Amino acid sequence: MDLATQVREGDRRALGRLLTLIENDDPEGLEGLSALYPHTGRAHIVGITGASGTGKSTLVNRLAYTLRHGASRPTVAVVAVDPSSPFTGGAILGDRIRMHDLAGDRGVFIRSMASRGALGGLAAATGSLVAALDGAGFDIVMIETVGAGQSEVEIARTAHTTIVVEAPGLGDEVQAIKAGILEIADILVVNKADRPGADHAVRMLRATLEAAYPSAEAGSRWKPPVLPTVATKGDGVEEVAQAIFRHREFLVGTGRLERFRRDRARAEMEMLLRESLFVHWRKANTAGEFEAALERVLAHQMAPRQAVETLLAGGKV
Amino acid sequence: MPQKKTRVLVAKPGLDGHDRGAKVIARALRDSGMEVIYTGLRQTPEMIAEAALHEDVDVVGLSVLSGAHMALVPRVLELLRGQGQGHVRVLVGGIIPDEDVPALKALGVAEIFGPGTTTHSVVEAVRKAVATGQAEA
Repeated sequence: MDLATQVREGDRRALGRLLTLIENDDPEGLEGLSALYPHTGRAHIVGITGASGTGKSTLVNRLAYTLRHGASRPTVAVVAVDPSSPFTGGAILGDRIRMHDLAGDRGVFIRSMASRGALGGLAAATGSLVAALDGAGFDIVMIETVGAGQSEVEIARTAHTTIVVEAPGLGDEVQAIKAGILEIADILVVNKADRPGADHAVRMLRATLEAAYPSAEAGSRWKPPVLPTVATKGDGVEEVAQAIFRHREFLVGTGRLERFRRDRARAEMEMLLRESLFVHWRKANTAGEFEAALERVLAHQMAPRQAVETLLAGGKV
Repeated sequence: MPQKKTRVLVAKPGLDGHDRGAKVIARALRDSGMEVIYTGLRQTPEMIAEAALHEDVDVVGLSVLSGAHMALVPRVLELLRGQGQGHVRVLVGGIIPDEDVPALKALGVAEIFGPGTTTHSVVEAVRKAVATGQAEA
């Protein structure tokens, strides 16, 4: 029996194995992902991002636990990304430490993933792992990004609902109005809300959003709720779960989910086409031509774009 | 670009609260280019086996300082085999009396490390264990 069939039948060892093969770009992994693809598109994908130390893993732990004990009891998969060392390529993946409440629940699957040099808060294969978990039949797939600052917004292109986690005392108003991570939030969580400054942080974020979403537009746009939580105790986490369901309804009701899928598939195909065209060109041409062009660029005789155009036109540089 | 990385689960079964050794080992394995899943203190054998399944690791490193190794280690091995992960190599570090070493090795523990072991020798042992485990998988 092939891996994809085993995965569809609920074999968790086969799932673990398939995720490794996909992550390693192994042909068997790509084959398995292709076989699962007709079963994808059902899962709701939730991204959780925010700076280091805001409590992302703890929130994922409590959120998954709350969902599993709620009315609909959805099955939950978690992909938790941590950074790889740029020097050795090694990584310590420690997100499971905070996810002990989920141990022993067969409706939960947690996979740690190293970023393997990718920037943007995710690993290159994160989207493929999420697709495999979707195809495996999980109702909700959560992605926890690496501790993210202001520009790690890749998650918004992968997740249907993006949760940005903040904590009191990490930034002032100016941080909040900077472009970037706050703009991608569908739900804003102020975690560690039992700490001093939490009320201020909630008020400040709400005021910022108020300015960004004038009331005239109410209804046509999603206005991200700002929700205080104490994830270690579970306070406020039920409200976050409800906000995810509301956001899902909004996406479906306004046709945005369909548009998201179309944009996402288009972007992925375009990226793969670019990669494939490069490989194709490399196969059809000798390395010498590229190297010769490179030398001309280094000698400042040609600009990089000019050199590439010459190579593509088949001319000698 | 296919890239195969060795994945290691470093876990602390049982109730002792001393994880400095486990963290030193985790860091040394990371510095040798491996991906180390660290799960923290007070893990049951069931939690360790579940993590090994989800994470599809090549090696499980157990740190036991409590003296409960003769109960915990065989249970982890049994659970791994029971879930079709007999190829996963198990290494044990901590305070293991000499007289227990042959019994643990007979059960299938690849290597046992006591106090004073260099991180270099642990990294080498993990590399060797991965090679033998893959030959069997």
